Amino acid sequence: MPYIYIVPIGLEDQGYLETLESFIFDTFHLKTKRSDLGISLPDAFDPNRNQYNSSLLLKQLITNPSREAEKILGVVDVDLFIPILTFVFGEAQLKGIGAVVSIHRLHNRFYGLPEDREVTTERLLKEAIHELGHTFGLIHCSQPQCVMNSSTYVENIDQKPAELCPLCQRGIKAERGFSLNDGFKFPWWGKKE
Amino acid sequence: MKPEEIGILIVDDEASVRDSLYQWFKADGYRVDTADEATSALKKLQDSPWDIILLDIKMPGMDGIELQHRIKQIDQNIVTIIITAYAAVDTAIQALKDGAFDYVTKPVDPDDLSRLIRNAVEKRRLVTENLQLRHQIEELLLPDEVVGESPAIKKVMEMVNTVAKTDSTVMILGESGTGKELIARAIHSRSARRYFPIITINCGAYPEGLLESELFGHEKGSFTGAMYTRKGKLEMADKGTLFLDEIGNITEKMQMDLLRVIETKKFTRLGGDKTIDCDFRVISATNKDLERAIKEGSFREDLYYRLNVFSIVLPPLRERRSDIPLIAKYFLNKYAQSMNKNVTDFSPQALEMFTGYDWPGNIREVRNVVERAMVVSKGNQIQVEDLSFPFPVSSIPSGGDSLEDVERIQIEKVLSQTKGNIAQAAEILKISRLTLYNKIEKYHLKR
Repeated sequence: MPYIYIVPIGLEDQGYLETLESFIFDTFHLKTKRSDLGISLPDAFDPNRNQYNSSLLLKQLITNPSREAEKILGVVDVDLFIPILTFVFGEAQLKGIGAVVSIHRLHNRFYGLPEDREVTTERLLKEAIHELGHTFGLIHCSQPQCVMNSSTYVENIDQKPAELCPLCQRGIKAERGFSLNDGFKFPWWGKKE
Repeated sequence: MKPEEIGILIVDDEASVRDSLYQWFKADGYRVDTADEATSALKKLQDSPWDIILLDIKMPGMDGIELQHRIKQIDQNIVTIIITAYAAVDTAIQALKDGAFDYVTKPVDPDDLSRLIRNAVEKRRLVTENLQLRHQIEELLLPDEVVGESPAIKKVMEMVNTVAKTDSTVMILGESGTGKELIARAIHSRSARRYFPIITINCGAYPEGLLESELFGHEKGSFTGAMYTRKGKLEMADKGTLFLDEIGNITEKMQMDLLRVIETKKFTRLGGDKTIDCDFRVISATNKDLERAIKEGSFREDLYYRLNVFSIVLPPLRERRSDIPLIAKYFLNKYAQSMNKNVTDFSPQALEMFTGYDWPGNIREVRNVVERAMVVSKGNQIQVEDLSFPFPVSSIPSGGDSLEDVERIQIEKVLSQTKGNIAQAAEILKISRLTLYNKIEKYHLKR
C-alpha cells in the first residue's frame, strides 16, 4: 500500500505534524506514515552561509526509499537554501518522489512578530501541499487562488489558499489516475473552529 | 507568452548553481537546459532557440562576457542575464554595456530572481511582438501596387528604389491619374522612415488660409473657429514623410512659408509663438509644368529647386500600353475580391478594347472602368458590353495604326453593339454579310 512518508528531521516540536498528515490525506487521498529515515541534518549544514542546503537533504531523503513510499516529505525547522538563492521555503523533485519543507521562515517570530501557532500551521500546510504538488508533476500555477501559485515571500503564502485549483486537481488526476473530487469535499482548514 | 513557450539556458561551471536554477525554472514551467561552459552553450544555441540565457561571468575557458558577445552575434535579441559570484561592479557594467539585460549576484533573493525573470520574459515578449509587427507592417507596405512590366515603369521603379534609400526631396511629375501618390508611398515604404507615417496633403484642395492651418496647425483662438489647439500635418509627419500633392497650386505666400520650413525644419503653429522642430522628408507631386510657371513668375525658383532634388517622371498609360492588361487584371482581381464576385478574366475582345483606348485619365480611369464593369458583369468574364468608357468609343484609336487594326476594332465594336447579329452588323458597316463573315474569320473575331 502506497504512503506519503512524513519525515521530521531534527524537529523538536512535532505538534504540527498531526494536522499536516490529516490535511495531506484529505488532499491527495494517500495515507501518511511518519518515519525517521536517519537523515543527518548536520551533513547539510553550510558554515559559510549558516544555513542548510535543501538539495543535500533531499538527496538523503530519496536514497533507498521504501517500496511503500509513494512520496517522501521531509520537515525541518532550520533555514534552507539552494546555492543560487538566499533561502527557500522548501524544495521538491518535479515529478519525483522527494520534497522537503522548512518551518523556519514560516514562524511569525522570524519577522519580529508575536508567534501565532495557527498561522504557522496554515503556512506549513500550504507549503507542504505545494512541494508535494511538484512531486506529482504540477508546476507553478498562474492562478492566485491556487496553492501551486509561486511564493517567494511569506506574504505570498498567506494570500493564497491551501487548495489546488481545478486545473491543478486535473493535473493530479492525470498523474494519479483518479479525481481528487470524487465523492470528496475539500477541507478548508481555516474554517475549522 | 506561456512559460512553456520560453526557453531558458543556464550557463555556469558550478553544478550546484546549474541544478538549483534548473529546478527553480522547471517548477515555473519554462523549457530549461544547462551548459557547464561556453562551447557547450554555443552548441546548444545552434541546436534550438533560446529566449533568455543566464551566464556566469567566471568560467574556465571563454568567460561570460566573451560568451555574451558571441551570443549577440548569433541573435542580438536573446535576453542575457549575467550571474556573478562577486559584486564586481566594473564587470557587471561591462556586461550591461555589451547588451546584458541585467545581472545578479550569487546568492540572489528568490523574489528578486522571480521579478528579474518576469521582466526578462516581458522584454523578450515585447521584442518578439515588435519584430512580428514590423514584419506585418512590411508585408502590408511592400506588396507593390505599382503594376507593370514595361521598360518605362521598370525604370521608374529603379529610380524609386534608388531614391528611397536617401533622404532627398523628390518631385513626382506626371499627368493626372498616373499614380503619383502610389509612387510617393512606394518611396516611403522602402525608406528608413517607413515605420513612421506618410502624411498626404492635397495642396490644391484648400483655400490659402485653410492650407496654412492644415500644414502648420493652430493654437486655440488663433482665428475665428479655432476652438482647440490643433497639430498640423507637418507635426504629424514628424520622422516620416510629407507628401505635398498638387504643389503647383499653392499661392506665393504659401510657397515662401513652405520654403522656410523645408530649409529650417522649424515652424510655429498659427497664433503660436513656440518654435516646433520636426524631422520629415518631403515628396511633392504636380501635373503642372513648373518650369513654365517659374518663367511666368507664378512659382518660386528657389522652392522648385529645393523640392526637385530628385525628379521622377511618370509616363502616361498610353506610352506604356503593354502594362494596360496587367493593370486591368490587377483591378479585376481586387474588385472581384472586395465585391465577392467570381469574375476571373476579360474576354479577348474586352481586353483588346482596353489596350486600344488612350486612357486620358490614366490608371485612375482604368480603375473606374473596371469597377463599373465588375458591377454590371454577369458571367465570369468581363465582356465588351460591360465596358463603358468616359469618352466616346469613336475616340478609341485602333490599338495600332494600320488600316487592318482600325477595321478589326470597328467590326468588333459593331458586333458588340448588335450582340453578334451578323445581318444588323453588316448593315451598319455597309458591307455584305459574306464580306463580314470573311472579315470575322480573318481577324478571328467572336460573334
